[in-house]
Amino acid sequence: MRESIIMKIHYGTALGAVALVAVHILMRMSQKFSDSLQYQNVIANYHFLPYALMLEVLLILLSVHGFNGLRVILLELKQGSTYEKMINYGSLAAMAVLIAYGSRTILMAGMGVS
Amino acid sequence: MAVVETSKPSEELKSNTKTTGQTNTITLRIARSNPSEGQESTFAEFQIPVQKWTTVLEAILYVKQNFDHSVAVRYSCRQASCGSCGMKINGKPALACYTKVSELNSNVITVEPMNNFPIIRDLAVDFKQLISNHKKMKPFIIREDSEVTPESKEFIQTPQDLEKFLQFSYCIKCGLCNSACPTMATDESFIGPQGLAQAYRYVADNRDKGKDERLKVIDDSHGIWRCHFAGSCSHVCPKGVDPAMAIQLLRGYLLGFRK
Repeated sequence: MRESIIMKIHYGTALGAVALVAVHILMRMSQKFSDSLQYQNVIANYHFLPYALMLEVLLILLSVHGFNGLRVILLELKQGSTYEKMINYGSLAAMAVLIAYGSRTILMAGMGVS
Repeated sequence: MAVVETSKPSEELKSNTKTTGQTNTITLRIARSNPSEGQESTFAEFQIPVQKWTTVLEAILYVKQNFDHSVAVRYSCRQASCGSCGMKINGKPALACYTKVSELNSNVITVEPMNNFPIIRDLAVDFKQLISNHKKMKPFIIREDSEVTPESKEFIQTPQDLEKFLQFSYCIKCGLCNSACPTMATDESFIGPQGLAQAYRYVADNRDKGKDERLKVIDDSHGIWRCHFAGSCSHVCPKGVDPAMAIQLLRGYLLGFRK
């Protein structure tokens, strides 16, 4: 993939994440902060499908943005074809693992499985 | 780094310079090294008589003429046109011929080879990578009808068209921008501000048709996206070129904001 496409994704995910984090914070402010962290309130968020979907999208945006950022930093630190391949595939794998693990949490909480 | 040598001007030399104007004496510290022979970098100190118009290059040449002719320094035009005498002067990349000792406001002047370049010897650095990256940018007008034939006519440009790239054509390939670039300090494969500014110079030229070829070259994992926009390249350019702006404008083409 061309670097410009990767960077478009990088900037797009950053903007998307900022917007969704703002929504997330606003939702927290709809009640007292301590109340928003009560167990039943947190679980209720996962049971509310639109909010659970938003969390899933936020998870994807942050994983893609974060691990691509890390990839860029690591590419600047050291060069070499093997190293660069390792970093590129490693970042993709880390993204996939984090998204899978986070999605599992969202799904399990949404379905009421503990 | 250790100081290995201290030389003072003879009374005869001092009196000679005194006849032409007010003379001060400064300490010139020159970084000496020869990596090919595994020689560690050291500083040699020289006491140099200077006048208010003496440039750093003249001070170095004074050393070569009177104290140590083996000091390696690259220079040619002495008027900031050839881009040969780039070096770090009191820690900042600058052209030695374009920097007056008096403007440094210091009695101790330290000259070192530019950062981010392999050192050949003393103040002379290797420009291979800079020239290679410059070539990769295809620094010439690309278009099918660019060959000069008896039927050829000049390509007309308006002053506004010219204004878009003119400042970038002032680049003298001195390498100061690359030396000041923080990305180049860690990423050896980075194209660098010099190459990217030259890519923009031709991309912005309305006579040129090679935009896509150049954008393909710079759209690489060590290309334009690795610039952090520190702006130090533009700050040190002795010719008023603004590579940082060129990089941002080029990004506009790649992101689809500019056509």
